[in-house]
Amino acid sequence: MALLHPTAHTPRSGGPGLVPWAVLVAALILPLGLPNDYYLEILTQAYVFAISACGLNVILGLAGQLSLAHSGFFGIGAYAVALLATKAGVSFWLGLPAGIALCALSGYVIGSICLRSKGHYFAIFTMAVGIIIHLVIQKWESLTHGHIGVIGIPGPDPVGPISFDSTIARSYLALFFLALTAVAITRLVRSPVGRTLMAVRENDMLAEAVGVDVMAAKRTAFTISAALAGLAGGLFAGFIGFLGPESANVEMTFNMLLYVMVGGIGSLSGPIAGTFIVYGLSQVLAVVQQCQMVIFGLALVVLIRFMPAGLAGALRSLVRSRVARAQ
Amino acid sequence: MTLLETHRLRKSFGGLCAVDDVDLAVAAGSITGIIGPNGAGKTTLFNVISRALPASSGRIVFNGDDVTSLQAHQVARLGIARTFQATTLFGNATALDHVLVGYRQRTRAGLIDALLRSNRLTREEDEAHDAARDVLRIAGLSGHEARRAQDLTQEQQKRLAIAIALVAKPRLLLLDEPSAGINTDQTRGLITLIEQIAAAGVTILLIEHQMQVVMQLCRRIMVLDDGKKIAEGTPEEIRHDPAVLDAYLGRH
Amino acid sequence: MELLAQQVLNGLVTGSVYSLVALGLTLIYGTMHVPNFAHGQLFMFGAYLSYALVMRSGLHYWAAMAIAVVTLAVAGAVLERVVFRPLRNAPHLNSMIAALGVMLFLEAVAQNIWGPEFRYMETPYGNVISFFGLPVAAHRVILLAAAAASMITLLLFLTRTTAGAAIRATAQDPEGALLVGIDTSRVAMITFAISAAMAAVAGVLIAPISLVYPAMGALVTLKAFVIVVLGGMGSVTGALIGGYLLALAESLGGTYVSATYQDLVAFVVLSLVFTFRPAGLFKASV
Repeated sequence: MALLHPTAHTPRSGGPGLVPWAVLVAALILPLGLPNDYYLEILTQAYVFAISACGLNVILGLAGQLSLAHSGFFGIGAYAVALLATKAGVSFWLGLPAGIALCALSGYVIGSICLRSKGHYFAIFTMAVGIIIHLVIQKWESLTHGHIGVIGIPGPDPVGPISFDSTIARSYLALFFLALTAVAITRLVRSPVGRTLMAVRENDMLAEAVGVDVMAAKRTAFTISAALAGLAGGLFAGFIGFLGPESANVEMTFNMLLYVMVGGIGSLSGPIAGTFIVYGLSQVLAVVQQCQMVIFGLALVVLIRFMPAGLAGALRSLVRSRVARAQ
Repeated sequence: MTLLETHRLRKSFGGLCAVDDVDLAVAAGSITGIIGPNGAGKTTLFNVISRALPASSGRIVFNGDDVTSLQAHQVARLGIARTFQATTLFGNATALDHVLVGYRQRTRAGLIDALLRSNRLTREEDEAHDAARDVLRIAGLSGHEARRAQDLTQEQQKRLAIAIALVAKPRLLLLDEPSAGINTDQTRGLITLIEQIAAAGVTILLIEHQMQVVMQLCRRIMVLDDGKKIAEGTPEEIRHDPAVLDAYLGRH
Repeated sequence: MELLAQQVLNGLVTGSVYSLVALGLTLIYGTMHVPNFAHGQLFMFGAYLSYALVMRSGLHYWAAMAIAVVTLAVAGAVLERVVFRPLRNAPHLNSMIAALGVMLFLEAVAQNIWGPEFRYMETPYGNVISFFGLPVAAHRVILLAAAAASMITLLLFLTRTTAGAAIRATAQDPEGALLVGIDTSRVAMITFAISAAMAAVAGVLIAPISLVYPAMGALVTLKAFVIVVLGGMGSVTGALIGGYLLALAESLGGTYVSATYQDLVAFVVLSLVFTFRPAGLFKASV
């Protein structure tokens, strides 16, 4: 699987480049051109899921570990916001960081335990953890209301003069967090921390021989991915207003996996592009909605077989062959 | 002073004893060779010293500290670096990236620094890049920084492996058959490089099959056969040791 | 006392199903080192096929069983050839992702064909008989017998036939097997076919007892993984014993400890084991 190795970037080597700025400008203008609220809501959801996909990419793409517990952290983040708001009257702006912190903490602890297992065992262990979280949320009725779920979750309170009650405001808020996530991950990748993660992914024996604490590196990646899933979950709860145990369903992890794969595992923009393409298409095309999972499952198999590096990889090969031909 | 000692070091895999009660004493600043027939346990010995594998019994003392139960990355940070017999790399990363990873243990910047692009991060990145280019130059790989490590020749990859091990300024360097798979010309260059490294104060422990490399470089040589140390001494002594001749020509 | 006996019997019945599924999974893992996340879907399809053949086409139960088993065996072989063989030399991550994709695909297909509702399937053995003094649905006893027969057949196949020996050799040492001329590709295909057949048998056997629904495969897969990981990836004995042990633990735990959290038993056990033994309990051996 060809994965992205940013070659020796110094943190000073310019900003993110032209393309991300263009995308950001387009994203800022986009909501103004959408016909109605329905599309705005899909856009907002896409932003939220893209954050979660970026999180999965950190542990899967950067550190190379297939964690299937991702949906569990999404659920924890979502329920943290929901329960703190409805049971303790905690505002969204306190609940969200609380949820993220809870996910980071539980991610650290769970990662410490699960990451001692490798490869297949790790995947199965994390799948079990994800299921346990889902089942506990579903069955612990006194805390989470079980199947009934939580309703009446208040959205973000106004910050100064800016109110977040409208769909468009929420859309920009989600975009803000997504941009923040993208910047954070870019900085992570282009730093010694990111370089170390990728070294661990590629060859943990060699990494260890040069003094890298492999366990700590993987755990850092796991914690970050859990925190990002928690951020996405918290936003999800605050925006939708109600929540059921299905938000922690393992299926969510598989959706994220597909988004990341389509865009390109390990690439910086891949998870975001993948989310928009797959989630966007699945919402907008009714025919896709009906047999959504049939297509998703098939897509996953076809992609991993013929295009394991996703769109980002295909693009990179294209550029590389053009460059090679020009020489 | 003795930089590295092992006391009755033993490593067994099930019924097979790969390293059998080996006592070793390596003087600081020296180049010591380890030779022996195939399967004698030389690489396993390296694996146990570098803590890539746990010892079954015995002790390892490095720079006066007992490191027997430390983890591989911990002894690496204490100053033991190594190369591997079979070239082992980081996927399709560039040569520079490889060496930068090797330098990581000398930097302190962490996740927060990375996210905030702190001054410490910028400073350490500059430092790391300078150190990396330096060591690549010493290893004869200037100009190849941006090439993918897997695109380098076999010999260049060996030099890269040495560069990665060197950049963290180790006190002890374990070289596992550095001349394997390269021709005589290149071997001469390699010998020069190893002499340069030793001259800079790095203690070297060298596993080698090519006799002229060993005889030329090493002040002391240890011979392993079937996991046991069967001889130890200067090149001259080893050359005439009947047990050594027997091991190479006799039963094997 | 009778409650305990009933629960033990339930445990044995469920255990038979778990063991059959786990046996197939462990064989695949032992020979090809692929965690086949899609395994439970073959079990699920076996159940659905027999449901369709019995309830919609009016076939007799055992005829439906035969057709389902053969069909799924072929499907298993196709899966191996088309999905897993091309990924043999790719990083392990790729096979895992492919398996997840197949899992999602098959579950969604079933849901699209038959809908998400729980389906009820009839059995010719719906009458209640007395089994060691307990009133039991005859089908359960038949299930125990049929499952045992399948396992014995599998064991005989593995130990008495050349193909079986080839499978065991490949599981122990794939390179060595290649060197002595074993066609590991064929072994892979046959292993997949047999595993699918075992899963199908389990599915057809359990269908009349527990209802048939699209998500039944996923849960079984996960439990099978727990069993295989605990019993040793590639260990036939481990899968056999583990299946019954897990089912008994669930059954007794569900009755005497907590019914709500019954499903959690498997996953909590797995998590506990991995916490203390990150590489599983045993080394693999077929």
